[in-house]
Amino acid sequence: MIELENVAYSYGGGELLSDISLNLQAGSFHFLTGPSGAGKTTLMKLCYGALLPTSGEVRLFDRDLRTLERDDIAMTRRRVGVVHQDCQFLDHLSVSENISLPLMVSGRDVQGEAANLKELTSWVGLTDRASALPAELSGGERQRAALARAVIMSPDVILADEPTGNVDWDMSQRLLKLLLELNRMGKTIMIATHDLALVRAAKSQVQARVLRISGGQLQLAGADL
Amino acid sequence: MISKSRKIIELLAGDAQADKVVPPTGFTASLTLFSSAAMAFLAVFALALSLATGRLADRWGDELARSSTLRISAPSDQMAAQTAAALNVLNTTKGVATARALDDAEQRALLEPWFGPDLPVETLPIPQLIEVIEDTGGFDADGLRLRLAAEVPGAVLDDHTRWRRPLIHAATRLRLLGWVSLALIGTATAAMITLAANAALAANTQVIAVLRLVGARDTYIARAFVRRFTLRALVGAAFGVVLGTAAILLLPSADTGGGFLTGLGFRGQHWLWPLVIPPLAAIVAFIATRAAARRTLKDLT
Repeated sequence: MIELENVAYSYGGGELLSDISLNLQAGSFHFLTGPSGAGKTTLMKLCYGALLPTSGEVRLFDRDLRTLERDDIAMTRRRVGVVHQDCQFLDHLSVSENISLPLMVSGRDVQGEAANLKELTSWVGLTDRASALPAELSGGERQRAALARAVIMSPDVILADEPTGNVDWDMSQRLLKLLLELNRMGKTIMIATHDLALVRAAKSQVQARVLRISGGQLQLAGADL
Repeated sequence: MISKSRKIIELLAGDAQADKVVPPTGFTASLTLFSSAAMAFLAVFALALSLATGRLADRWGDELARSSTLRISAPSDQMAAQTAAALNVLNTTKGVATARALDDAEQRALLEPWFGPDLPVETLPIPQLIEVIEDTGGFDADGLRLRLAAEVPGAVLDDHTRWRRPLIHAATRLRLLGWVSLALIGTATAAMITLAANAALAANTQVIAVLRLVGARDTYIARAFVRRFTLRALVGAAFGVVLGTAAILLLPSADTGGGFLTGLGFRGQHWLWPLVIPPLAAIVAFIATRAAARRTLKDLT
């Protein structure tokens, strides 16, 4: 699905990531851990083509990222659902409109997808908040809405960057449950988090690969968790 | 141009879903509407100037080209004989449709601007004027001058070339000035809409980033902005054209004033020309906003 081979990324004169190789296979579940500023978000962005590597190769669905046109990247992003820590909503649209945004931009008939949208809103527990504006939502509700938006196009891969960063333990468990459910449906999942408790909780429920970024390098973690 | 116009019509037909995506921006909306209306108002006047000077140039060219004046300066006792001889020469010249000696009243009217009314022309030693109208083929002025020199020594033929040329030249220049003004108005409109579009795009960088994140193509994002600015330019220009046309209608008519400026306006089918301005403004806005959007989007991931 998504492959990185000997990827390096430099920023501000220094090399943030170096010699990163990663293969997100279909149906796999990955955690990406590391301290703040280690480069987790940068690696996630490399995985959906928001950044180009300084060196090395990124392959999205068997296509070299450097050969993709802007429109190709846009089409690729319809196959990758992204959940940002800050959610990135359009503040003037309601929750249900934000969730259906990927449908709108891909030219699909939102009215025709109303039943699916309703089901998805219910799945993330936001039926009563569908007409609210993003500013009116709590942190947990925002993250669930962002997750719903990420999956509405039924993407092959879901990348979640600190999805539990601003929520309490119960809510983080609820979000994890939703992501595990998506993985059981065959979706490839990668979660960037510094919350090791979340990783431990997940490992008891799914065969997850835990990666850690340290000193710009990607290492396999797990034994110390 | 046809495919561009079709694109614009499709664009204006709109996509209700896509319209929601970009938040409304009051400042740029007002700016675009106002500048588009103001430019359309000016464009109506520039158009009227071009068309009026075009008519003037045609009329001067047409009227003066077909008429000439023969001036006979002779002692009063020979004036009648020389006039008759000149008329005889003219009436037998190929290319002359009519030749007519001006009577005292007509000569008095010509001198009235300088000497006032009731000038006793019959007592003054002034030349006799003969108005010569050419037929469509025209006459050979040099040949006619030679014949007149032989038969009517006091006759001088003025075929108006000397002062017709600068008049037509001036009118043509004025017409050109009108078209240049229209081009400048179009360019200024494009510049203002580009500025407004850039401001709107800059204010919505976060919106654009979110749209890119969820898989929007550049054309989709650009379309949301382009449609908005094209519609605003169209509506603003329509408003400006209505005001401009009303102002032209309120100008004094040519008949009452008689001067050149009072002839500024439209005649007959020319009244349809202002209707072209709003679609043209929409096309200018379409091109300017699309170029601005493409430039901005190119720099975003």
